[in-house]
Amino acid sequence: MSMQPIVNVRDIVKELGQGAGKVRALKGVSMSLNPGELTLLMGPSGSGKTTLLSILGCILSPTEGSITIAGEDTEGLSPEGLADLRRRHVGFVFQSYNLFPTLNALENVRLALDVRGERYADTVIKAETALREVGLANRLRSFPGNMSGGEQQRVAVARALAIRPSVILADEPTAALDSENGHAVMELLSDIAKDESRAVLAVTHDPRTHAYADRIIRIEDGKIIDDERRLTSGDNVTRYDLKRKRKLHA
Amino acid sequence: MILTLALRNLFHDRIRLGVTLVGILFAVVLVAVQLGLYAGTSKMIISMVHQAKGELWIVPYGADSFEGSGVLTGSERHAALSTPGVARAIPIVASFSKWQRPQGGEQLCVIVGVDAADGGLVPWNIVAGSTEALKLPDAVAIDRTYYKDLGVTGLNSTAEVRGSRVRVTALTHGIRSFTTTPYIFTTLNRGRSILKLPPDAATFYLIQLQEGADQGVVQAALAKRLPDVEVITKAEMKRRSIAHWLFGTGAGAALIGGAILGVLVGTVIVAQTLYSSTKDHLNEFATLRALGSSSGYIHKVILAQAALSAILGYVLGMSIAMTVVAISVDTSFPIIMTPQLAFGLFVLTLVMCAASATGAIMKVMKLDPAMVFNR
Repeated sequence: MSMQPIVNVRDIVKELGQGAGKVRALKGVSMSLNPGELTLLMGPSGSGKTTLLSILGCILSPTEGSITIAGEDTEGLSPEGLADLRRRHVGFVFQSYNLFPTLNALENVRLALDVRGERYADTVIKAETALREVGLANRLRSFPGNMSGGEQQRVAVARALAIRPSVILADEPTAALDSENGHAVMELLSDIAKDESRAVLAVTHDPRTHAYADRIIRIEDGKIIDDERRLTSGDNVTRYDLKRKRKLHA
Repeated sequence: MILTLALRNLFHDRIRLGVTLVGILFAVVLVAVQLGLYAGTSKMIISMVHQAKGELWIVPYGADSFEGSGVLTGSERHAALSTPGVARAIPIVASFSKWQRPQGGEQLCVIVGVDAADGGLVPWNIVAGSTEALKLPDAVAIDRTYYKDLGVTGLNSTAEVRGSRVRVTALTHGIRSFTTTPYIFTTLNRGRSILKLPPDAATFYLIQLQEGADQGVVQAALAKRLPDVEVITKAEMKRRSIAHWLFGTGAGAALIGGAILGVLVGTVIVAQTLYSSTKDHLNEFATLRALGSSSGYIHKVILAQAALSAILGYVLGMSIAMTVVAISVDTSFPIIMTPQLAFGLFVLTLVMCAASATGAIMKVMKLDPAMVFNR
């Protein structure tokens, strides 16, 4: 596994609000995301995980500190520059899927490619491939309203995957799903993370997701309090044991 | 994808789409009717000038329309004919008079006296009788549109104009006046007689140029020789007529005002519905932004929605407008729809809808893509 981090943040401070209502949501966070790893970002409500996710995804700019994604420094980039960086390097998976209800599965995935200015024929091929990879080859023309939550989240994963991003950021990807679909989505993200050109980070407070993590970062009150890598051999065994157990129950 | 997304957003809420289309349709019909009326009335106002075959007009000083001119003494004709470059100076008399219906009652009319043989101005669109028949005693030509106003039933009907007996020997179709006063064509001398004008008098002289003569040079030479009258071009005569009847009377301002009102109302309705549609899809636009779309991409989606609304609204609006145009053909105020006007209206509809998108675009520009995490 290459240890050159894909995302690198140093001493990130983020202040939200203004005047008396100003809140310091992040208080000097440093971390990196490595390729081939599924990292979980965990913490209680208001701990700053969503703010950190927004900064990692170049949606928010930090008040202080630096961030590089795939070797590109984000400092001083305009909103359009940040959008360009997202377009090229970041795939998102949202808690509520954020699919376009008026577009079918294929079109939803194609949209992420279209905003990159890719040709129509290429978008169709890549979107079909991504949907096939997440097991939705038979649901290409289905609209979100006619799909289960699990299927919708898999479309969202396909949308993130289709652009072949350097990093996939997932915000509570299992929160709106039942246990079975939650495990299916985490398994998918875990498989995606095995690609050594890509890092995956999932913000979650769902304990069911622990078994899939290569690493767990805990954040509290705007600071990282724990960064636990679980790829020791013992943990690995435990993790696969858990997965096998679940399959037996199913 | 931009068009697909715009189309789906548009048809997602059919009631809102209906309201949008009604707004555009209303604007298109109103503007089409107002501008069509403007074009129709302009055409009516300048029809005589347009049909007259003469590059220059000698008119009494300050003449402001075909019907509202003073009288020239007749000496102007000789001065004109002796000017280098002038081939012909054709006298015309045109003035208001009173037509006495056979059944009783009067109708204001415009007597147009000109000799067809001079080749200056002859009644056109003749559907019965002929210009030759105007040489018969008491002969006049009228337009069929005015049968009822003039109290006649067709060829050979008789009436009186200021005590002179007249007989209808030719009928035209579509020669109408802006003032709804019928034009009565007759010969030059009969026209003078009816209007009680001296034998050599005229209200205008149509100047036809010799081949190769420079219009500007001839106009300047005529103006020098005839300092007490005006020598104007055909285009200037048309402009004066339109200025007098459309803007002097306020009718043109009312028509243009109505058209502007239509555009404003349409813009407000489309802007309101487009803004509300954008607001409903704000989370989707935020998602697009989070996916890395440029703001330009999102603006294009909104503008595509506006353009699609414009096209649909225009097609529906023009269908209704063309029906109104067809109904108006034989009325006193025909509405005209030319290809240029139809195209101009289409461009106006697109501009109106694009302007309506401004509010929606401004809303999206303030969009915080971080809202995708707050659902």
